[in-house]
Amino acid sequence: MAENRQELNRNLAQMLKGGVIMDVTTPEQARIAEEAGACAVMALERIPADIRAAGGVSRMSDPKMIKSIQEAVSIPVMAKCRIGHFAEAQILQAIEIDYIDESEVLSPADDIYHIDKNQFDVPFVCGAKNLGEALRRIAEGATMIRTKGEPGTGDVIQAVRHMRMMQSEMRRIVGMTENELYEEAKQLQAPYELVRFVHDNGKLPVVNFAAGGVATPADAALMMQLGAEGVFVGSGIFKSGNPKKRACAIVKAVTNYNDPKILAELSEDLGEAMVGINEQEIALLMAERGK
Amino acid sequence: MEIAVLALQGAFIEHEKMLHRLGATSFEIRQASDWNRHKDGLIIPGGESTTMTKLLHELQLFHPIQDVINGGLPVFGTCAGLILLGKEENGKSTPLHLGTMDMEVCRNAYGRQLGSFYTEGKVEGLANQVPMTFIRAPYIKRLWGEAKCLSEVDGHIVAARQGNQLVTAFHPELNEDLSLHKLFLDIVSSYKS
Repeated sequence: MAENRQELNRNLAQMLKGGVIMDVTTPEQARIAEEAGACAVMALERIPADIRAAGGVSRMSDPKMIKSIQEAVSIPVMAKCRIGHFAEAQILQAIEIDYIDESEVLSPADDIYHIDKNQFDVPFVCGAKNLGEALRRIAEGATMIRTKGEPGTGDVIQAVRHMRMMQSEMRRIVGMTENELYEEAKQLQAPYELVRFVHDNGKLPVVNFAAGGVATPADAALMMQLGAEGVFVGSGIFKSGNPKKRACAIVKAVTNYNDPKILAELSEDLGEAMVGINEQEIALLMAERGK
Repeated sequence: MEIAVLALQGAFIEHEKMLHRLGATSFEIRQASDWNRHKDGLIIPGGESTTMTKLLHELQLFHPIQDVINGGLPVFGTCAGLILLGKEENGKSTPLHLGTMDMEVCRNAYGRQLGSFYTEGKVEGLANQVPMTFIRAPYIKRLWGEAKCLSEVDGHIVAARQGNQLVTAFHPELNEDLSLHKLFLDIVSSYKS
C-alpha cells in the first residue's frame, strides 16, 4: 500500500474525532443513528450483546445487508471482519467499505496472525487493551485504534482499564531517556520507530477511540475525559428503551464531555439502559482474542 | 487575533495548531455560552456535516453563528465546513445548513474512502502550489452572485471566496503548508481595521 493511502486513511479517522460511531443492524437503525448525529455507523448482522447471547461462530455480515446500509446513509459505513480473516477483508474492500474493524467481537479466524493491513487500500481500525497491542496493530497497518473493552456487556470497566493502561504506558515512555526506548520496544514487542513516536509526541500516531461497554452519556464522557478521541457505542443504543433519545444524548455528551451541567441534563429521562452483564458474570472474554 | 473554532465534532485541533503556528490565538465553541466571547473570525472544520448540523441546532448555536457571518465576520470552512456554508446541496436548498454563501455543493463527490486522494494545486492569490488532501470530500458544483472560484482540480471547483467567507473542499489543516490559514488571517486583519 502506498504511503499516501496510509496517510489518507489516518486522515479519515481524524475527521471522525469527537464523534460517536454506532452499531446498526438495519437500514432503519442506520438512519436513526445518522439523524441522531453519529459520525459513522458500524454495519453488522447482530450487535455484540446478541452475539454473546447466541454463542457459536460469529462471522462477517452478509455484504447485501452492508450494502443496504451504505445506500441508506451518507456518513461513513464500517463493517467487521474476523481477526486474521484477510479474505473477509478483501470482500469488504470490494464493496468499498469506508473502514474495516478487524474485531475480537467476531470469532477469530487465526490465533497467531492478524491481517497484514498494509496490503489493503481501505482503512482498518483494531482493538487494543494496552500500548503493545496498539503499536503492533499500527505496525501491521491499522490507521485507527480503539480500546477493546468488553463488547456486548454494557459494563464499561474493561474499556476504562484499557484506556488507562494505554495512557499510563504512554506517559511512562514520554519520560524515558532515548537509550531506554530500545529496551522498551523489545518489552512491548513493537517497532522502535513507533515507540519513538510515542516518546516524542505523547500520543499514538493514529486516532484512539473508546469501545466496549459504553451504555450511557456518562460512560461516554468518562472515556473522553480519560483521553479517548471519540466513542464507539455497540449494544448500548439499540438494546435500550429509547434508542433515538439515548443516541442523541451520547452524541452531545461526547461534544460537551467536560461540562457536568450539560451531562446532567442529557442523562435525564433516557428510559431504560441496556440491562448489561457484570464482567464477573461472563464466560467469554472477547478482549482476550488477538494479542 | 482571536479565532473561534467550532469544536462540535471533527478535526478542530488541527486547525488550532495551524493558527497557533501563525501567532493567532483560538478558543473552542462547544455550546452557546462559548459563543459570547470576543472573536475576530470563525473556523468551521472538517468532520461529518450531518453531525455538526444536528449539534448546531440542538445546542442553540445555529442562529447566532448565521447572524454574525451574514454580518461580515470572517469565516473559513473546510470540507464539512464548506458544506455547511453552501446554500444548496445536490440541486436542493438546505435550510438546515448555515447557507451564507452563494454556492451549490456536491457532497461525497468523490465517492467513499477509496476515492479520497492527495494532490497539489494552485489557489488564486497564493504564490506556491498548495498541498490538497481530499477525504470523502465535496466539491463546488456552482457559484453565483459575489462568490468567486479560487481553485479548480480536474475541472471541479475546490476553493472559493465570497467577501469574508473562505472555503476549501480539501483539508489545509492536515498538511504542513500554512498559506491558506495565512490567507484567512489576512482577511481577518483587514476586517478588523
